Amino acid sequence: MSFSPRIMALAEADVVTFRLGGEVLAVPTAELREVLEPVTVTRVPGATGFVPGLVNVRGAVVPLADLRVPLRMPFEAATEASRILVLELKLAGENTVVGILADSVSEVTQIGADALEAIPPVGTRWPPRFVAAVGRWAGEFVTIPDLPAIFAEYLSGPAAGQPSGQSGRSPTAGAFGTAPQLQTETLQ
Amino acid sequence: MDEETFSLFRAEAESLAESLEERLLALRDAPQNKALIDGVFRDLHTLKGTGAMFGRTDIAGFLHDFETAFEAVRSGSVTVDAELISISLAARDHVASLLDGGDAAEGAALLARLQQHLGPVAAPAPASPEAGGSDWHIRFTLAADTLALGGKPALVLAELARIGARDIRLPDGTAWDADSEAQAAELSWEAEIDGDTTEADIEGAFLFYDDGLEMVLTRLDGTDTEAAAPDAQSDAPHEAATDLPATPVPGQPDMTAPRATNFMRVPAERLDDMMDRVGELVIAEARLIEIAARSGEPGLVQVAEDIQRLATAMRDTAMSIRMTPIGSITGRFKRLVHDLTMATGKPIEFITEGEETELDKTVIERLSDPLMHILRNAADHGLESAERRRAMGKPEKGQLRLSARYSGAEVLISLSDDGRGLDRDAIRNRAIDRGLLAEGVEITDEALHQMIFEPGFSTAAAVTELSGRGVGMDVVRRTIDELRGAIEVESEPGFGTTVTLRLPLTLAIIDGLLIEVAGERFVLPMAAVEEIVELPETLAQEGKGNAFLDIRDRLVPFLRLRPLLNCRGEQTPYQKVIVVTSVEGRVGLVVDRIIGTNQTVIKQLSPLHSALKTFSGATILGDGSVALILDVPHLVAQGIAQPGKEAA
Repeated sequence: MSFSPRIMALAEADVVTFRLGGEVLAVPTAELREVLEPVTVTRVPGATGFVPGLVNVRGAVVPLADLRVPLRMPFEAATEASRILVLELKLAGENTVVGILADSVSEVTQIGADALEAIPPVGTRWPPRFVAAVGRWAGEFVTIPDLPAIFAEYLSGPAAGQPSGQSGRSPTAGAFGTAPQLQTETLQ
Repeated sequence: MDEETFSLFRAEAESLAESLEERLLALRDAPQNKALIDGVFRDLHTLKGTGAMFGRTDIAGFLHDFETAFEAVRSGSVTVDAELISISLAARDHVASLLDGGDAAEGAALLARLQQHLGPVAAPAPASPEAGGSDWHIRFTLAADTLALGGKPALVLAELARIGARDIRLPDGTAWDADSEAQAAELSWEAEIDGDTTEADIEGAFLFYDDGLEMVLTRLDGTDTEAAAPDAQSDAPHEAATDLPATPVPGQPDMTAPRATNFMRVPAERLDDMMDRVGELVIAEARLIEIAARSGEPGLVQVAEDIQRLATAMRDTAMSIRMTPIGSITGRFKRLVHDLTMATGKPIEFITEGEETELDKTVIERLSDPLMHILRNAADHGLESAERRRAMGKPEKGQLRLSARYSGAEVLISLSDDGRGLDRDAIRNRAIDRGLLAEGVEITDEALHQMIFEPGFSTAAAVTELSGRGVGMDVVRRTIDELRGAIEVESEPGFGTTVTLRLPLTLAIIDGLLIEVAGERFVLPMAAVEEIVELPETLAQEGKGNAFLDIRDRLVPFLRLRPLLNCRGEQTPYQKVIVVTSVEGRVGLVVDRIIGTNQTVIKQLSPLHSALKTFSGATILGDGSVALILDVPHLVAQGIAQPGKEAA
């Protein structure tokens, strides 16, 4: 099994693992700014289900994203263990601070190149272009979502029902190519 | 030249070049104006001197002949005409290009043009009325800190020699030796200067060295004595420059007024940092007020109110720093109109109104290109030729009018011409050709006019105002969209076209009205709010009755924010209607509750939400939660576009 240098780098990097929609996900700690307890979320009328609200992070207004929408996960009500992961990502060329929801946060770890698995082209409910890497960790599958690809898609295709403000930037293809028939499905 | 010195030089030279351009354009309209001629000469002279002082001999050398030419104008041996202005403007552009590291070669062509235009007049040094007495004797001592500040006495001596000084010597009689290192530090000198040299020229040699200068200037025959004390002379060249408005220039009453105050250059990032701090202060202050009110402690309430007053004053000051009058960019439009007059052969009168209208500096800068494009279009295609205008009974001179004014929470910038107006049929045909419009479909004039902003629309070789110059009007629309503004076009065939840019007052902090709809809070800019009335009981239920209110016998349409913002939750009794001003006139917005006014620090929405035009940003309230700021024009436009629709 051989992986691209980008995925190898992800496997070697420190990641923070968290649970969402019954799955284990991980994001590189290099992108993580802090972990917050649940705060008041302000609804943004007309926004997509992926970024439905805004939160106050130390005096800054930060969009709050819900990865369950693009990754097609079931919704569960927030619990005491729920957290917000505050990340800094490059969106449309600009460093942007975003929050993502987590059902609970586990630990900081490394996946390790040995534990990497190929992404099955069929049989998962995730659109493959949204997944950067899959590995094994503590006896479970852990998915590293391709956050730049996910956010880029929501930047290029404005929310349904909204007047088009952005002009045709083509969606960024994921690390494993695109699945055109899935694209439109995901957005609706 | 080190980085800092160079940026200082650049800033100085650029502001001189700008002032020179302004004066040249003013001089074109008032060729006899002595104050302007003197001003142009001074700008040229100072620019040359600045170049020389910072070692840019290319700039200094190039400007020398122009300085000489205007010296001749000053003495009356040469008169100002359009060609001289044109060459001088081109020379100014050349200097600007030299500053940007441009090619020095084209300078020679300009100098040749100048020679050819002026003939032999420029060559000999002209005699001024006050000159021609016996020779001068000069004795001077430069300020003690001259060397410490990096000054070079040799530069002064060289300049004196250039204007006709002889026998330059130290007080002990030792002759000046430009190569002597020992003499480079000497501050006191004497010399004789040719009698034809004017006092102004001699003083000019001390430009940049006049602080702390002691100078005694005497005619050798004793007819005229001049003793320069540091105070009397130190600011002479600058003072003279700001004195200009004493002689009013037609059509340009305020030209030099902004320079009358002291200015300081500050990097824009520092202002942004300060604005951020002030924003945080305002938010912290809102929290303090809330805690103080809850505590009921009189001392704390007192201090909190003091802090509130100070924070408000601080906010106003900080914001005013970023605001720039639109007049700061109209200079380049005047220049453009001048160039267009030359290029098209159409005489054009350019009128500006409301130049004092202020907008955020970044917005002003971004407006420059779209406005220039609209201007160019209007002059190129809107205005008819002089012959045609005469035949139509219009004044020969075409008119372009740029006006700016406030309207509610917006700034309106209009550009009108009195030309032929848009050709509706040509636009319609072109729109049908391009598939933007189906044949036989009737659309409003306003919608039809908007077609000219479609990409590629203006690049066509259409016979009307449509044809552009490479960049289409779509660029104009894109910029205005990015600034969250709107464009309106009005046109009357045979009478002209008006393009109006509506821009939101993009302030970092605004006075906001905090409202509640179905338990959710939003902020409305106070500037847009006209009045607040109760919603009559009969109209309380959605879908019942007309969507009109009768306010003092005037019908005011209203929109319910609940469906518009897709708010769930029970309706409350006693809803309020906030009447706002918008493009459509007065419009009421129905809300559940008015919470109160507050100072709202605007935070931009991330790219994930910036496509939502209904909100101009978000803010953080006293309790730490986030509230969205409603963009009134876009909100009203959306409400009108989907009447009765439950928002998606």
